[in-house]
Amino acid sequence: MTIVDCRPFLAVGVSLLAALLVAFSDKRPNVREAWSTIASFIKFGIILSMVPAVLNGDVYTYTLCQITDTVGLTLRTDPAGMIFATLASMLWVPINFYSIGYMRCNNEGEQTGYFAAFAVCMSACMGIALAENLLTFFIFYELLTLASWPLVLHKRNDEALLASRKYLIYTLISGQLFLAGVIAVYCIAGSIDFRAGGLLTIDMAPKWVLQSVFVLMILAGSVKAAVMPLHGWLPAAMIAPTPVSALLHAVAVVKTGVFCVLRIVCFVFGPKLLAQLGIIDCLAWAAAISILVSSMIALRQDNLKRRLAFSTVGQLSYIVLGAALISPLSIKGAYLHLVAHAVMKITLFMCAGLIITRTHRNNISEMYGIGKKLPVTMACFTIASLGIAGMPFIVGFISKWNLALGALQAGKPLYILVWVASALLAAGYLMPVCQMAYFRSDPREKFIQYGAFSLKMLVPICVTTAISVALGVIPNIYPHFYRLAVMASEAICAGWTGGWL
Amino acid sequence: MNFVQHAPVFIVLLPLTASLLCLLFSRISRNLGSYIVIAAIFGAFLSAATVLKQVLASGGQAIHYWMGGWEPPIGIEFVLDPLNSVLAVLVTFIALMVSIYSRPFVKREDWLHLGGYYTLFGLLCVGLCGMIITGDVFNLYVYLEIMSLSGYGLIALGGRKSMLAAFRYLLIGTIGASLYLLGVGYLYAMTGTLNMADLAKLVAAHLDSPLFAMAVACFIIGFGIKMALFPLHGWQPDAYTFSHPGAAAFIAGCMSKAPAYAMVRFLYYIFHVDNLVVHSALNVIGLLGIAGILIGSIMALAQFDFRRMLAYSSVAQIGYIAIGLAMGNLYGFIGAVLHMINHAFMKSALFLVIGGIQYRFGEVNLYRLGGMHKKIPISTVTLTLAALSMIGLPPTCGFFSKWYLMLGAYTGAQYFYIAVLVISSLLNAIYFFRIIEQVFVQREASLTEIQPPSTKLGLPIEMAVPIVVMGLAILVLGFCNGDIVTDVLKVGLPEVFLR
Repeated sequence: MTIVDCRPFLAVGVSLLAALLVAFSDKRPNVREAWSTIASFIKFGIILSMVPAVLNGDVYTYTLCQITDTVGLTLRTDPAGMIFATLASMLWVPINFYSIGYMRCNNEGEQTGYFAAFAVCMSACMGIALAENLLTFFIFYELLTLASWPLVLHKRNDEALLASRKYLIYTLISGQLFLAGVIAVYCIAGSIDFRAGGLLTIDMAPKWVLQSVFVLMILAGSVKAAVMPLHGWLPAAMIAPTPVSALLHAVAVVKTGVFCVLRIVCFVFGPKLLAQLGIIDCLAWAAAISILVSSMIALRQDNLKRRLAFSTVGQLSYIVLGAALISPLSIKGAYLHLVAHAVMKITLFMCAGLIITRTHRNNISEMYGIGKKLPVTMACFTIASLGIAGMPFIVGFISKWNLALGALQAGKPLYILVWVASALLAAGYLMPVCQMAYFRSDPREKFIQYGAFSLKMLVPICVTTAISVALGVIPNIYPHFYRLAVMASEAICAGWTGGWL
Repeated sequence: MNFVQHAPVFIVLLPLTASLLCLLFSRISRNLGSYIVIAAIFGAFLSAATVLKQVLASGGQAIHYWMGGWEPPIGIEFVLDPLNSVLAVLVTFIALMVSIYSRPFVKREDWLHLGGYYTLFGLLCVGLCGMIITGDVFNLYVYLEIMSLSGYGLIALGGRKSMLAAFRYLLIGTIGASLYLLGVGYLYAMTGTLNMADLAKLVAAHLDSPLFAMAVACFIIGFGIKMALFPLHGWQPDAYTFSHPGAAAFIAGCMSKAPAYAMVRFLYYIFHVDNLVVHSALNVIGLLGIAGILIGSIMALAQFDFRRMLAYSSVAQIGYIAIGLAMGNLYGFIGAVLHMINHAFMKSALFLVIGGIQYRFGEVNLYRLGGMHKKIPISTVTLTLAALSMIGLPPTCGFFSKWYLMLGAYTGAQYFYIAVLVISSLLNAIYFFRIIEQVFVQREASLTEIQPPSTKLGLPIEMAVPIVVMGLAILVLGFCNGDIVTDVLKVGLPEVFLR
């Protein structure tokens, strides 16, 4: 059943409004941060209020206006979009508290602009998650690029300038190519509304045209999803404050990238057409290679944030690979891993930020004995690390299990080896951090603690860790990510079994 | 007298009367003349809006207004269809905004300069509106000259360097106008009429004649010069850069649009693109457009004077309009016309912003705008919106003209236009993000005040309001483009697309 309801737009609008209010409360930090906190709760509430109906198979839809002569600015809550919307709005609550603590403890400048841009980013995320057609999607996609650009530039020094330019170069070029792809889809299919299972069919255009349109569009997703060799911007963008890294690399930007890949693969082209076109294998190879290569690069990074960044590159490619295998289980696994990686990686980045704030140590080789000084933080870090490595009862396991089964279902069992290898590598690059923290003592016997202890930073870490354990033990716990992923994958793969089993 | 019935003539008549009386009133009381011109332009805006409403209410039926009741083809008529009435609204609206905005620049001058400035400004508005709404090819020449002469004057008012710029424009512009007149002469020799509707019917018999080809060539070069179509843009960078800072927004925003519209009128409404001569003419325009987009953008990259950069970017943006026309299909046409509207707004907004900076800090170098967002936040918001629109990022209006242009290019299977549009967006991104970066990052190169702020907004209220309005207009146009296209542009399509 389709329900016409403006709630999707309220979810987008609430943080845009918050951004305005934040910008106008420049002189009063407490008021400013209150706006963004209130907005984060309201947004999460709005999204949660739509979850039951979506689980029932209903769809909320609303058209704000005709954005061109034939296309509407329309939001629509399908299960796939709801997964992302729920995830992003859920994680904004802790990351917002963490931001407040982090920015204050580190005496960062330009905080007004920071919180305003952050709120706009979250609006763009909601829009991307719930967009009903490619044009609406593209509008919010570019809005996200623009709103996250000042966040990368936050430090306002030469390094930040270079990183932000690199970011813009990657995202704007791919965005324009994406636009060309959208135009082509519109002219070929006569519509750009997402349809589960694909809106293009093989008889609409010559094969080579469809293949080149796919390449144009998938490039945009791959850039934001940091699939190698298009990942260059991501480690560079690590110059931004840590909450931004957590946002960019766990919730917003990179996730919109993989979400974009999933939308294109499942809702524009569809598994059946892609199996006929054959070009999807190239994406699968690229993803597999970037899983392995980025994990190996991560092994060699000493800077904690950079190591996490390369780990992100690898983990995102899991999701892309899941999409590229186009079997029902792998797509379900991809949606689940979207959630799983977000929860784990946000925890890891928040831990890294807290360590940097409290000890001013950026490099893993300096992190002697911080396990004893920051016990809770390191405990959370360890749990999240185990999750990344794929341990059962932590959130990452179920998704990887589904992804591996999906590879079998698609008749490409060799990809399972990629996952096994990368799990081992993940353990290889994250466990040394824990080992350093717990079992090595400081040779200088000097441990300086900087800054005040802030519960605003610690509590969000504990919350996300708790979420990652809860989702690992009971995958279908409220708000029912598992059920949503199953619904999404069933809708996409109606009458398609993946080709082998 | 019924106002609504005579509204078309008021669009021209009100500003014309006011400008002619302006100096007299200025002599009596220094500010009175400027108030009268502003009020008259407001009146013209209201008339244009009334006409637009009337035209849309009648389902796109064009209004024919006969001057003095003389019947065409003997008398002069104004023809207002949905397309040109929306452009008349646009021109009068921007004229209104800029005329309010430019008061602080001339407020302290003596009565002669103040009155003279507003006289020229009003006449420029008359020329542009007249060119847009007239239905007579010779009458169009008259308005073209009114526009050009007042334009030369306003450019020359900009200071010492502007004399040369104005003189150069005068020389080149006169060639353009003469070529247009020559073209009109050829048409008259062939058909014996000067009325556009009449011409559209009679010219069909002469499409193979070499005279017709000559006339088309004359028009393209003549209007090409006036709209600064590459490579006929030589006069334009200097003219925009050194023109009077108050009027620059109007000159840069609208002065190229009326000739561009006249070109649309001739090619699509009078000559009906579907013949061989016009077809090859369109190909030439398309090539020039592509060259203009690429070279204009690259030249813009090399500038450090903000106004000069904008001038070169105009060359590129006129190229957008040119390629839209050259596509010769429905969406290309819509994209081109929509881009005329959008570009007028965004270019005016950018010139308003730089005018404000010039007024308060005396600075035009784009590398010295560091910390602007702290000092004049409203201008920074408008600057950002306009810059995003120039790049063509959604949801600002610039994106949507690009969208229609790309649709046109794809439906016409002219894929290279898509490539050009993509490249141009990226070049635009380089030179506009460069400025935004400067504004937010560079702290040490802080601006020095020459005119301490009188209000909290950082600029006099007469300047701040137009800047805010134009900034908002860029967003509003972006969100309303669907309505503009379906309700206005698609109603007033040339016959060619309706067959």
